[in-house]
Amino acid sequence: MAVMYNYVRSLILLAGMALLGLPLVAQSETPLPVIPEASSRFSAEQACVEPTEEMRKNHMNYILHQRDETMHKGIRTRQHSLEECINCHVPVEDKDGQPMRITNKDHFCSSCHTYAAVKVDCFQCHADRPVKTTAFHPLTSQASEKTAFHHSDAGETVSADTLEVLAEEGKLQ
Amino acid sequence: MTHKSEINSSRRQFLNGSAIAAGLAIAPGVMLHQVAQAKPADQAVTSDKRWGMLIDTNKCSKGCDTCVRGCQTENGWGENETKSGPNQVAQWIRKVELRDTSTGFTKSLPLMCQHCEHPPCVDVCPTGASFKRADGIVLVDKHICIGCRYCMMACPYKARSFIHEDLQDQLPVAPRGKGTVESCTLCVHRVDKDGENAIPACAEACNAEGHEAFVFGDLKNPNSRISQELAKHGGTQIRADLGLNVGIRYRGI
Repeated sequence: MAVMYNYVRSLILLAGMALLGLPLVAQSETPLPVIPEASSRFSAEQACVEPTEEMRKNHMNYILHQRDETMHKGIRTRQHSLEECINCHVPVEDKDGQPMRITNKDHFCSSCHTYAAVKVDCFQCHADRPVKTTAFHPLTSQASEKTAFHHSDAGETVSADTLEVLAEEGKLQ
Repeated sequence: MTHKSEINSSRRQFLNGSAIAAGLAIAPGVMLHQVAQAKPADQAVTSDKRWGMLIDTNKCSKGCDTCVRGCQTENGWGENETKSGPNQVAQWIRKVELRDTSTGFTKSLPLMCQHCEHPPCVDVCPTGASFKRADGIVLVDKHICIGCRYCMMACPYKARSFIHEDLQDQLPVAPRGKGTVESCTLCVHRVDKDGENAIPACAEACNAEGHEAFVFGDLKNPNSRISQELAKHGGTQIRADLGLNVGIRYRGI
């Protein structure tokens, strides 16, 4: 009889804890995602291209807007471009020296998307890690030795380095 | 109509002149030739330009596929597509051989999306994925492409291909994935960056080999090299009878 009483009491206790929202068994909780550090800051005051809280909540809207601007109007500003997200947030290789793919749980995007159970399909088509450019390009052929990635060459303006190179080669008048 | 184009033409010349003058004033002895013509990254493309290419088939030799390989390297197609059959693999640009059956004379030329002014692929697309940009470049918005392949059937040049398998390691400049149609983009990422000074990868590869069969430029600018060469020597449109007014012109066919 005493055993029965204890059993019922523990059941009531458990139900009460569940109602209060207390964790019944701490280990069954999904661990919070470990979000990898970005490789650089946007500015001294701001970590990302918009305030971090804003980016966590609304990054997809920025990317979606930029997507249509770039695709249909040829607007290629870099602040909200997916390529720049990847260049800054994703390393080329994981800690084992393997290519960092979206399927890797340490990938910046998948770390959170796995936790939130939100499927991300950007990378069925888009590059999921920074890609070094291989093709020869006249404006950046010499400068690109120093600046390895596609995004870091001339960009919107021609860099001072490139200008010097062009001036020396007498290509400009 | 004639009156309108005359106004545009002189206005463009005036703007070009003033841009170059401003450039020279800023930094004597140094450039601004580049900056004066490239579109700022935050501005939309306009119909003031129409990009095109002139291909001199006399400089194009049989068996040479330099332009095709240049395109593959730049846009990352044609490799690691192991599950697709020979009739399924991507083909943004290909070499075609023409043969005159009466004389046996043969001619080799590269064929890709002809960037029509009136593109049939855009007419038939049910979702609006196939579209023409204001500056005349015909593209597929793969975000809204449903892979129906009507455009492939409509294209008289067989310029488009369909991706049949899952891909990985795509390049940032050319996102591409299973279930969508793709074709030559006229290296739109280079065009947006460098404007008149852009050189599509096929042309760049051809130049690097010393053939120099391609001339890229603005068909609406009478001072561009392509317009001047077309004015002087003329150019042929493939299937001109269709009235599509293509952006890719050929010489020697």
